[in-house]
Amino acid sequence: MNKTDSTDSRAALLPNDAYDSELLANTRPTDWTNPQPAPSYNLVVIGAGTAGLVAAAGAAALGAKVALVERNLLGGDCLNFGCVPSKALLRAARFHTDLRHAPRFAGSAPVPSEPDFAAAMERMRRLRAHISRNDSAQRFRAMGVDVFLGEAAFADRRTVEVGGASLRFQKAVIATGTHATRPAIEGLEAAGYLTNETVFNLTTRPRRLLVIGGGPLGCELSQAFARLGCEVIIANRERYFLPGEERDAAEILADALRRDGIEVRLNTEVVCVSHRDGEKHVRLVNDSQEATVVVDEILVGAGRVPNVEGLNLEAAGVEYDHEDGVRVNDYMQTRNRHIYAAGDVALERKYTHTADATARIVIQNALFWGRKKLSSLTIPWCTYTDPEIAHVGRYVKESRQRGFPLKTFTVPMSDVDRAVLDGEEEGFVKIHVRDGTDKILGATIVARHAGEMINEISLAMVAGIGLKTVSQVIHSYPTQAEAIRKAGDAYNRTRLSPLLKALSRRWLAWSR
Amino acid sequence: MIRLREPPPILEDLETLQRDTVGYFLRAANPGNGLIADSSRQGSPCSIAATGLGLAAYVVGAERGFLPRREAAARTLTALRFFRDSPQSEDPDATGHRGFYYHFLDMQTGRRMWQSELSTIDTAILIAGVLTSGMYFSAAADDEPEIRELAGFLYERIDWPWAAAGGLLVRMGWKPEAGFQSYGWEGYSEALLLYILGLGSPTHPLPAESYAAWTATYQWENLYDIEFLFASPLFMHQLSHVWIDFRGIQDAFMREKRSDYFENSRQATAVQQQYAMRNPLRFKGYGEYCWGVTAGLGPGFSQQRLEGGIERQFYGYVARGVPFGPDDGTLAPWAALASLPFAPEPVLAALRHFREAYPASLSKEGLLTSFNPSFDPGDGTDPGWVSPEHLGVDQGPVVLMIENHHTGLLWHLMRECPAIVTGLRRAGFRHGWLGSSSR
Repeated sequence: MNKTDSTDSRAALLPNDAYDSELLANTRPTDWTNPQPAPSYNLVVIGAGTAGLVAAAGAAALGAKVALVERNLLGGDCLNFGCVPSKALLRAARFHTDLRHAPRFAGSAPVPSEPDFAAAMERMRRLRAHISRNDSAQRFRAMGVDVFLGEAAFADRRTVEVGGASLRFQKAVIATGTHATRPAIEGLEAAGYLTNETVFNLTTRPRRLLVIGGGPLGCELSQAFARLGCEVIIANRERYFLPGEERDAAEILADALRRDGIEVRLNTEVVCVSHRDGEKHVRLVNDSQEATVVVDEILVGAGRVPNVEGLNLEAAGVEYDHEDGVRVNDYMQTRNRHIYAAGDVALERKYTHTADATARIVIQNALFWGRKKLSSLTIPWCTYTDPEIAHVGRYVKESRQRGFPLKTFTVPMSDVDRAVLDGEEEGFVKIHVRDGTDKILGATIVARHAGEMINEISLAMVAGIGLKTVSQVIHSYPTQAEAIRKAGDAYNRTRLSPLLKALSRRWLAWSR
Repeated sequence: MIRLREPPPILEDLETLQRDTVGYFLRAANPGNGLIADSSRQGSPCSIAATGLGLAAYVVGAERGFLPRREAAARTLTALRFFRDSPQSEDPDATGHRGFYYHFLDMQTGRRMWQSELSTIDTAILIAGVLTSGMYFSAAADDEPEIRELAGFLYERIDWPWAAAGGLLVRMGWKPEAGFQSYGWEGYSEALLLYILGLGSPTHPLPAESYAAWTATYQWENLYDIEFLFASPLFMHQLSHVWIDFRGIQDAFMREKRSDYFENSRQATAVQQQYAMRNPLRFKGYGEYCWGVTAGLGPGFSQQRLEGGIERQFYGYVARGVPFGPDDGTLAPWAALASLPFAPEPVLAALRHFREAYPASLSKEGLLTSFNPSFDPGDGTDPGWVSPEHLGVDQGPVVLMIENHHTGLLWHLMRECPAIVTGLRRAGFRHGWLGSSSR
């Protein structure tokens, strides 16, 4: 469920063309009638974003009587304002960059065509509408889920009310997600700005765009808009993009953004905004140096706030706060043992796949006395810039602070034949192992297809496969994922001690 | 009294290089206040780091006979008196604050320039030069007692814990207009010198936990089958070693890795060479004898399409590094030379190559000069770009690392320096010349 303060996102979904109509028909059908509530539900799911949909579908498939409540669009952030539309745009942007690099591949002149921003946005809406079928209200009704459209609020510890109907539950799951932070910047509200909830409504290209925030959203969309022909400035409060990410990765990203013509302003605060003659004048401060930039649009990607208001969580005995969201234990259970939470509203790492994974935990723990833990999940994540930046497991600093001696096996993508042949040599695979062992503690991959490659490391970590075994897995040649096997080979070479080398040499000399 | 081993016969051209480079510092100094210019560019401000390196270069110059000891002492004393007497306050145009100094100062007035930051690392480099002077000028006569007294005064005045801004990691800088920079020193770098000097202070020492917090940000990597403590630009593996002999002494991290920082710099030098041999960005010239990617000047910010249609970004002053850049084909022979003590054979081979293949890499004043053969200036010049100016922070290590390689002068001086010895011990260094005491 997506709360956008007082703004109803349905109204914000412009330009309301055939594709958006299809999207709405799937995710918020206007002719929808809420079903008659069952006397009691095994599971009431509040919020129909990724976590809610996975919980509802999974529980229904197992035979549970499930109610799913959504006050906005089914599909949540991921489908409507997040992963799906942004990746569609990034693909179009990547295509235009490849065209620009035509001379590298075919020796021909760069293709001069101006990116068609409107067409790229239309493609995005078309694909989003297509994918929205998976999340449609009708599909969930067909699964046997009672889909209620409307505002949900707890009446007591075992009842949710929606549109005058009372839903009694054995178990409930809060999966209401988050909404974009409103940054406290003087003049910003008056001047107007975009967030992830409104930026995909654009149909014409803003000539000049300021992006505030250097997290995944800010970086991805800066690059996409720059590649689609906007003059982009990105202002990030921190000295590096992607806070918490490895510094090498963040530096490669900053470089990549600069190459795309983006004006990168790190360690920069946005102080105030004024609106004059249809332009937005923005004052920036870096250390003590002030600068004013003039843009047509501002996109804010400066964090997320959990959707916890209006749910009457107090009546349900659910603890929460306005920054970190619903408080859960390692089993995703709130203070009310009948109520669980899943997805962004309860998570520090807010990703679609984590929402999915926590929803699966909730199904097992809430309905089948499971003891699945959040802390035992191995969670990868990826920022889909070009190159992509993917990570799984521990970071070096985190491990060292916990006293784990660590060694990192680094393979530059420029050492991988397929990356060279593809002209995609930027980046690296870094795999962190516990020093003296081949146990993989984490990895960071920066590569054009890092998001695909990281899954192999996640698999190895979940299955308890060490780097030695990774090197024994035959990787198709030539593939970019061979970088991972090369890290395994490097590990194996460290096992060849001088003594072993000497013995091997003597044996081979004797065998001649 | 410092006892040095008998200097071996050194390559004549290295001695010439060393003499010419000391000459650079003599020319770059303002005789009135002792400040040394950041660069050879007309109108350059003073860099406090260049000044620190210059003070140490005077010591080498005096020892080698490039300038009279009395002149070296007089130049040193002028600078030390300036730092003693110049304003220390929160005023935006002071020279320093809390014993630290602004990165850039006006060459004449000694006041802050360019709204630069009060720089912790540049202060550390300055003070390392000051302490070197204090150790070297040990005579009872002339200016030398005052040099020793002022060296102690300037070091002891620095309020190191203040620069950690209530945390454990020392911040990179502070500005009167904006306060502390939001980031601290993280990851292995030349800040090793800073932490050791901060830990060694008898008046305002950093807590030992600062060092542990800093080393917790280290990254130990296996790259090209070489294992080392990672830092990307070459100079980060060199600057602390200008002053401190890390051979055979280990902190907890290096004990865990069964290495030491000196050996680590040898490995880092090998990584540079390997990188150049692989030459992933296909820059001109790179190879076994042609390497040295570090922070420094470059051809300027522009994009060019190179052979094969590859678009490459060129930079001005930037912290270049390997293997993930930024790298724009700019090579720094002075940085290669500064690895001389760690890897003499590859360094000397590289120097010979630079001299033969790129004579322009040695300026007419006899200084090693950055160049970029891949950059096309559009007028057919070969190599494409040669740095028109020299920086004091580049030239200092040339003088000092040649000396360390041949006589270990700086290392021997600083082995006796209480600040360094205390700092190393408090950082947990043991063994080798430091002994096994962990006090």
